[in-house]
Amino acid sequence: MSNKSLVSISDYSKEEILAILDSAAEFEANPNRKTLDGKVIATLFFEPSTRTRLSFETAVIRLGGSIIGFSDAATSSSSKGETLNDTIHMVSCYADAIVMRHPLEGAARYASEVSPVPIVNAGDGSNQHPSQTLLDMYSILKTQGTLENMTICVVGDLKYGRTVHSLIMAMSHFHPTFKFIAPAELRIPDEYKVFCQRNDIPFTEVTELYDNFQDADILYMTRVQKERFQDLMEYERVKNVYTLKNSMLYNTKPNLRILHPLPRVSEIDPDVDENEKAYYFHQAQNGLYVRQAIVSKVLGL
Amino acid sequence: MEKKLKVAALRNGTVIDHIPADKLYKVVSILRLETSENQITIGNNLESAKVGKKGIIKISDRAFAVDETNKIALIAPNAKINIIRDYQVVEKRVLTLPEEIREIVQCTNPNCITNNQPVTTRFLVLTHNNEIMLKCHYCEREVKRDEVRIK
Repeated sequence: MSNKSLVSISDYSKEEILAILDSAAEFEANPNRKTLDGKVIATLFFEPSTRTRLSFETAVIRLGGSIIGFSDAATSSSSKGETLNDTIHMVSCYADAIVMRHPLEGAARYASEVSPVPIVNAGDGSNQHPSQTLLDMYSILKTQGTLENMTICVVGDLKYGRTVHSLIMAMSHFHPTFKFIAPAELRIPDEYKVFCQRNDIPFTEVTELYDNFQDADILYMTRVQKERFQDLMEYERVKNVYTLKNSMLYNTKPNLRILHPLPRVSEIDPDVDENEKAYYFHQAQNGLYVRQAIVSKVLGL
Repeated sequence: MEKKLKVAALRNGTVIDHIPADKLYKVVSILRLETSENQITIGNNLESAKVGKKGIIKISDRAFAVDETNKIALIAPNAKINIIRDYQVVEKRVLTLPEEIREIVQCTNPNCITNNQPVTTRFLVLTHNNEIMLKCHYCEREVKRDEVRIK
């Protein structure tokens, strides 16, 4: 068993989070190094996620490491019924670390318990996706110069959105104020409100997007998915009300930046892309440096 | 007035008393008594001033470790464990919920790794606002104590 694995954002203390963000800044200044020379990293994607896989693989290759693995369970032995335990044991004979995406929740925690090499969770079902959370934090730090005392408006699917849940947990170290903006069907679950109360984090909850983020430093948009709605009429209404348009940004703070874990559908109008407050494409690029920092940390480099 | 025993006295062994009647067979299953070779007397739906209808289990010549009996604290927190030697109660055990529960609880999340692969379940016992919750060590989902599914 390896205690170096990164399964959940709550595995990292405040100091470890800050160390990762520092390290990511160094990789951003110089992303091409040979620190992983001779290392083999496995990327096991039991469900496809091209964006995350390319980001991790680029991170490794730019540091001089090599990649083995698969991008779809259909092409792996798990399609023949091999257990996760066996796949992990087999792959750990070849690789120095394993980056894993799996459709089942808890798969990464389990893998980290049976694996002799470190596991990096690249998403386990709807549970955790810690590299996304760390790159979100890196993006906040980079655009605001600090993580402290941010007013963060999170918008969209707050019920099922794992990136939102992890962000709340991770930012709890830095005295944030949250505003939860979601339709009634997708409102933030009570357990996260209890979490905020226990940690003295002020928050408000509203159901309309328009005119509700004038005080925000960060506007964190998420995708509202059709399949979450029982009433499709309601989905159509919400979809239109929850679309961020350039005209809505007129009265916002100059330091406001708009984040989105991507892919987006209709929740951000393309006319926002040209606004200097749109940061979601930079955010994706930041993922590369953060993942270089994560892979280096789990390998003890 | 002398009380008349409805279930015969035990010489040596363990008596588990004050089990809510609807939980009796769950307790039998948690302690894996189905496969036990010991003599076992089970009574159920006995009248009880404390819990209405209760169940009782007497197991001859068998002692249970504390962490074994604590497993039933989840479903029968007020059950009483008496260890008997030579017809005398030599130990009265109060049940306490362990910090972690392994194996006996099934995760309610169908998409959890423990419901799809041969993985032993592990749950952390948490208290939020005086309510006992079980959090799956793997998928991190929390369930209330009374919504727990025993395997």
